[in-house]
Amino acid sequence: MTTTTKVKVRVPTPLSSATGGERQIEVTGSTVREVLQAVGEIHPEFLDRILVDGGELREFLNIFVNGSDVRFEEKLDTRVQDGDEISIVPSIAGGAIP
Amino acid sequence: MSDETSTAPPKHLETLHCRICGTEVAAGPVHVCEMCFGPLEVHYPLEALRGRLTWEVIRGRPTDLWRYRELLPLEGGPTLARGVGWTPLLPAPRLGAELGIDDLWVKADLSNHPTQSFKDRVVAVALNRAREFGLEDVGCASTGNLANAVAAQAAAGGFRAWIFIPKDLEPEKIIATAVHGVRVVRVNGVYDDVNRLCAEVADRFPWGIVNVNLRAYYSEGSKTVAFEMAEQLDGAVPANIVVPMAGGSLITKIGKGFRELGALGLVDPGRQPRLFGAQASGCAPIIGALERGEKRVEPVRPDTIARSLAIGNPADGPFALQAIRESGGWGAGVSDDEIREGIRLLATLEGIFTETAGGVTVAAAARLAAEGRFKDSEGATVLCITGNGLKTPEVARSTYELGEVIEPRLQEVERLAEAGLGLGA
Ligand SMILES: Cc1ncc(COP(=O)(O)O)c(C=O)c1O
Ligand SMILES: [Zn+2]
Repeated sequence: MTTTTKVKVRVPTPLSSATGGERQIEVTGSTVREVLQAVGEIHPEFLDRILVDGGELREFLNIFVNGSDVRFEEKLDTRVQDGDEISIVPSIAGGAIP
Repeated sequence: MSDETSTAPPKHLETLHCRICGTEVAAGPVHVCEMCFGPLEVHYPLEALRGRLTWEVIRGRPTDLWRYRELLPLEGGPTLARGVGWTPLLPAPRLGAELGIDDLWVKADLSNHPTQSFKDRVVAVALNRAREFGLEDVGCASTGNLANAVAAQAAAGGFRAWIFIPKDLEPEKIIATAVHGVRVVRVNGVYDDVNRLCAEVADRFPWGIVNVNLRAYYSEGSKTVAFEMAEQLDGAVPANIVVPMAGGSLITKIGKGFRELGALGLVDPGRQPRLFGAQASGCAPIIGALERGEKRVEPVRPDTIARSLAIGNPADGPFALQAIRESGGWGAGVSDDEIREGIRLLATLEGIFTETAGGVTVAAAARLAAEGRFKDSEGATVLCITGNGLKTPEVARSTYELGEVIEPRLQEVERLAEAGLGLGA
């Protein structure tokens, strides 16, 4: 199957310095991780800011697909569909003190 | 410490500090570190206050939470929210005998002004700070008590208020919010959906959402529970404090409050209270992590009658865990039946009618006492009873009998008197 899945990513203010001020970015990808990587290709600083050593999401960031916390699903491997919206939301909850 | 309002805003309020990486950011309605997205907090010049802020100075001040104003994050004197805080600390000998806890006390925050929960404290600080920042719109994401507190104090302060709540909140809590003429927005989801939405709202609109972008200031208000306890115990530090947890901010800040008092020499700096967290087992993400020995708090989907504590994704979860562990305390998750029984015990033995959060606290104390966790400690054990039973009357319905109806004749009462109280206990 070669469908192109267009997904909108909402970037919170404290992260927008890594996206040249862009607050909404549309990219393609079939999982959350692929979508974030696609944003990283446009804005190289982006992935460094949100991932720890390029792998897992930072402790104090949460990701929601259409409002659902990906921690209840497959985390960064959660699948996304055409038209989905991904919100990156800092520090309202969760995490661990490193 | 002079009581005059100084002209220059205090230097320590010009910045906020990241609780994770230490980065300093300029003060404002911001809650996130730009470097690591960690939460921000206020630091105080405790060294400079030592010896100047004494119990004697404090005792000469009006009886509300502003008596501790040097330890609260306001630039000037408070312009709003007089009369908040300074709730009774009451001995609870009958409950203590029932649960087998010596020297048991209740911090009765269910009598707070103006909305009968400890949330009046945090909102008092947040709205004063919102005014200092020149904000005209304020708001919150709430499980109920915070909604009441923001609504009332926003009305008194002349703010426009946006109150976001889960759509099926208890009717009493919705009424006690809407009556203040605020904008109530009922969100089709659970609290955690409301909270996530409010994080996005705070990023989009120039509003002060008290528990989101004013959180660094808001949360400081909870320290006044600790300050009052210490003052009411004549400078003694309780051995054990049992605290209900939702977002985990209250328990974290009670710990911070005692550390600040120690640094100021107002209490013995070598003695910190053991902190015991209480959650409903139907929503116990912090207790779960505590029992599993983990540092990370995994979110859960709440299912409990304790609606005020139904936060599945606690913002201060990791800090609450740290506060509990470093203090040598522990915690308990209790069932809905235990919560109802906790409400009944406090009402029938101490004459205090608490909401579900208080039921959770009493039930957790019962469990912890049965496990022997308060033994080997000298000093008071304090239960934080943070909310009022009149806000959740339906929950208590199964714990009492509605009186029977009689004719207005003395013989009827004689018949009843012969049968005795008939209350079982
Ligand atoms: C009555 C009551 N007690 C305790 C809490 C817990 O406070 P925190 O969210 O700071 O853990 C809440 C609120 O959320 C509450 O409404
Ligand atoms: Zn940081």
